[in-house]
Amino acid sequence: MPPPAKQPNVRVVTLNIDGRDLSAREDETIIEVCRENQIPIPSLCYLDGLSVWGACRLCLVELAGQGRLLAACSTRVAEGMQILTNTEKLQRYRRTIVELLFAERNHVCSVCVSNGHCELQYLAQKCGVDHVRVPYRQVAYPVDSSHEMFRLDHDRCILCTRCVRVCDEIEGAHTWDVMGRGSDCRVITDMAQPWGESDTCTSCGKCVQVCPTGALVKQGTSVGEMVKDQHFLPILARRRHAQ
Amino acid sequence: MNLDDLADLAEQYRAADAGVEREVRVCLAASCQSSGALPVFDALTAELGKERPACKVKGVGCMGLCSAGPLVSIAEKDSTLEDSVLYRDVAPEDAGDIIASLDGPPVERLRCPTDQPFFARQQKIVLENAGIIDPDSFKSYVAVGGYAALVRALSEMTPADVLREVTISGLRGRGGGGYPTGLKWSTVAKMPATQKYVICNADEGDPGAFMDRAILESDPHRVLEGMAIAAYAIGANKAYVYVRAEYPLAVERLQTAIRKAKRSGFLGNKIADTQFSLEVEIRLGAGAFVCGEETALMASIEGLRGQPRPRPPYPAESGLWGHPTLINNVETFANIAPIVREGGDWFAAIGTERSKGTKVFALAGTITNTGLIEVPMGTSLRDIIEVIGGGIPGGKAFKAVQTGGPSGGCIPSQHLDIAVDYDSLKTLGTMMGSGGMIVMDETSSMVDVARYFMEFCMTESCGKCIPCRAGTQQMHSILDRLAKSQATRAELALLEELCEVVQATSLCGLGQTAPNPVLSTMRYFRDEYEAKLGDA
Amino acid sequence: MSTPTKIKVATTWLDGCSGCHMSFLDMDERLIELVRQVDIVYSPLVDTKILPDDVDVGILEGSISSEDDLEKALAFRKHCKILVSLGDCAVNGNVPAMRNHFKLSDVVDRAYRDTVTTQPQIPTRGVPALLSVVKPIHGVVGVDVFVPGCPPSADAIWYVLSELIGGRIPDPSTVTRFGA
Repeated sequence: MPPPAKQPNVRVVTLNIDGRDLSAREDETIIEVCRENQIPIPSLCYLDGLSVWGACRLCLVELAGQGRLLAACSTRVAEGMQILTNTEKLQRYRRTIVELLFAERNHVCSVCVSNGHCELQYLAQKCGVDHVRVPYRQVAYPVDSSHEMFRLDHDRCILCTRCVRVCDEIEGAHTWDVMGRGSDCRVITDMAQPWGESDTCTSCGKCVQVCPTGALVKQGTSVGEMVKDQHFLPILARRRHAQ
Repeated sequence: MNLDDLADLAEQYRAADAGVEREVRVCLAASCQSSGALPVFDALTAELGKERPACKVKGVGCMGLCSAGPLVSIAEKDSTLEDSVLYRDVAPEDAGDIIASLDGPPVERLRCPTDQPFFARQQKIVLENAGIIDPDSFKSYVAVGGYAALVRALSEMTPADVLREVTISGLRGRGGGGYPTGLKWSTVAKMPATQKYVICNADEGDPGAFMDRAILESDPHRVLEGMAIAAYAIGANKAYVYVRAEYPLAVERLQTAIRKAKRSGFLGNKIADTQFSLEVEIRLGAGAFVCGEETALMASIEGLRGQPRPRPPYPAESGLWGHPTLINNVETFANIAPIVREGGDWFAAIGTERSKGTKVFALAGTITNTGLIEVPMGTSLRDIIEVIGGGIPGGKAFKAVQTGGPSGGCIPSQHLDIAVDYDSLKTLGTMMGSGGMIVMDETSSMVDVARYFMEFCMTESCGKCIPCRAGTQQMHSILDRLAKSQATRAELALLEELCEVVQATSLCGLGQTAPNPVLSTMRYFRDEYEAKLGDA
Repeated sequence: MSTPTKIKVATTWLDGCSGCHMSFLDMDERLIELVRQVDIVYSPLVDTKILPDDVDVGILEGSISSEDDLEKALAFRKHCKILVSLGDCAVNGNVPAMRNHFKLSDVVDRAYRDTVTTQPQIPTRGVPALLSVVKPIHGVVGVDVFVPGCPPSADAIWYVLSELIGGRIPDPSTVTRFGA
């Protein structure tokens, strides 16, 4: 779905979010209005600048008078909406969803190159996930290091498809896509060949920048790759003594 | 073309068959074919030879009682199934006796009584031609009044008139949701757009459901006629039938029907010599259950990965390629021609207050009469299972019936007297769904049933949203441990909590309803879950 | 001078690197404050070899990887009123649990045969048998307080202990996170 086009002459509506009366353009989504007004709403697949995906379900909010929860990223505002973004129920759901993600693949923060810079890790803390109640699935996923600049670790992937969307919508290469079903889903490059052999990848690195976790990273950033080159030392030392 | 011209055409087609007095109708729908109907058809044709010009062997669609197939009926021309002599479990060797009996008494050893409740208690609207006409014959359909509703709509009614009749009829979507069809059509009709689409959802995927397959295999023109009327009413000129590739016979008959209807001027450009045009194309589903969800289905037609997207916008506003799109199920479209023909009031007089008309159900599981039935809305579950379905075979006791497939739930024996309609089933924690009914006897373990459906949902999850993708995995693993008596009480509590989260937070209807089989079996058979606890 | 009743604390490390205990020691001069309020009745840091029957707070570092870990976890749960999972290994399995992706026999072969040049052999005597699946503490016994982190900071541990000493159940989510 393309991002909602900004139309000229849109009307302004007023709505109430968490007890605050706010105004918004009618072509804005709830999450846009929340971000504008510093109302925190967790999200993983949503990223300003990319099309709406609506898959992580973390930005669900409650709308007065409606039983079903609404995704803040894919719902436009309307006049008179009464929205609650952080009820006990929503907190519980978000916690569970983050736990499900942690249990799904191998998210071991302590040995991840994105430790401390990871949106999933940050969300876990924000949502109060101090442990994961569901059992870990313990399925090994492969790592693709074939690209000379970047690396893909499926173990860290949460299938938010930000990489797919940025590559298609912004870079225009459409190198990335998704294959498989359910938990077997994987992001792939071209026709599921190694990233390094991709004909379409421009090596622009946009996918790496938008990846919320450590699934897409630059080569050379893992602990094992921090190789020291000390060959220079004896050579320099010998020459100095020779003088 | 007006109605008189069509009546002339129908008369002409009937006259071509004027010499035929009796028909030997062989069911050639998928179920009877799989139990050997084709050799029976060939044997009967060979046996009949050319000696009897007043008789004819004819391949027809589904007669309903699939468990007794191959079915053959001997009928006077134009007579219904109930008025015919029906033979069950027919083998090619029986051909001689059957043909010989045309001059004498029926072959008693093959006889299947048509006055039994299975046939007598049905009321056929959608299946009125099934088992009677030759589904591959355009003439056969026109001869029984086919396309009269379309011609009537085009020549005598405005689109608004059609919308009014459909609205008055009270027809609700037969695909599962039960959304009022008239309202859906009116919404699309009101959209100010030059390009609109009609889609027929024939991606029937619920385990144990085969209503749409039977309709397409038995009476494909009826569905096309309904689609054409819908396209006229909403202002569309392009339609798709999204049918799963696992239904090769349905696809083949549909292709034949589209080709013949087009050649005869009932599809394509300037239908029936009016300004209305409609192109119908078939799109094959590649086996993903989720593609039955309307937004995923449309993505699939567009050539994209079959995944749902958030609604709104609904297809009525922004559907196929962003254009307003009307998407209905096969059975919904199959109801349209009779509604236009007989009027909305006639249809609204059938059924219950909020669920009008009839409903086709597929009876499966441990039930004597496995097959397809059509009954008025509001028929009691007890009538459907014990009377029409013939009860449980082998003297076993009824335990529960699963309706609505993996999105529905189980109904236990204490609720058998409920009158089946959209709303009553909801109050029991299940849903009408597309019409599959899986009957279970006392030997079924409800934890196993829940595990089966959860496995189905897990393997069919598209993987887009986290609650459905990862939640069904976790629920399935707990159910699996429960079934093996390994799970703890804490895990049971976790299962219930996961049910709530997946139901409340999933992106599309399939995820939102995935916990239903667990919730409903827990509601009625909690003791079975408790008994399976490893730390009980 | 009457001493206030001290709470009894027991700690042990299971399958981990003992880094969480090191982080505990990083509380520096706050340790002096702490010993006024707690009795460490059982710990790798003290000499006692037997877990007393009634302990107020039990602190477990590390995941459950061997039969010995399992026994200790069960004993701690049995004898401690409040059980604390300290650090990522205890909370989510962390590095020790990364072997779960492989078959146990492959892991053991790798460690004791494939990569050993002299006298490769798999130890059997004096070492507890490994479990096929490594689990976090709460995968086996109920846990009351989770303190994630690799390791949790000394400040976080101090906060958690202060709250427990004060008779409150701490919520360490503002001072801890996975992997930190």
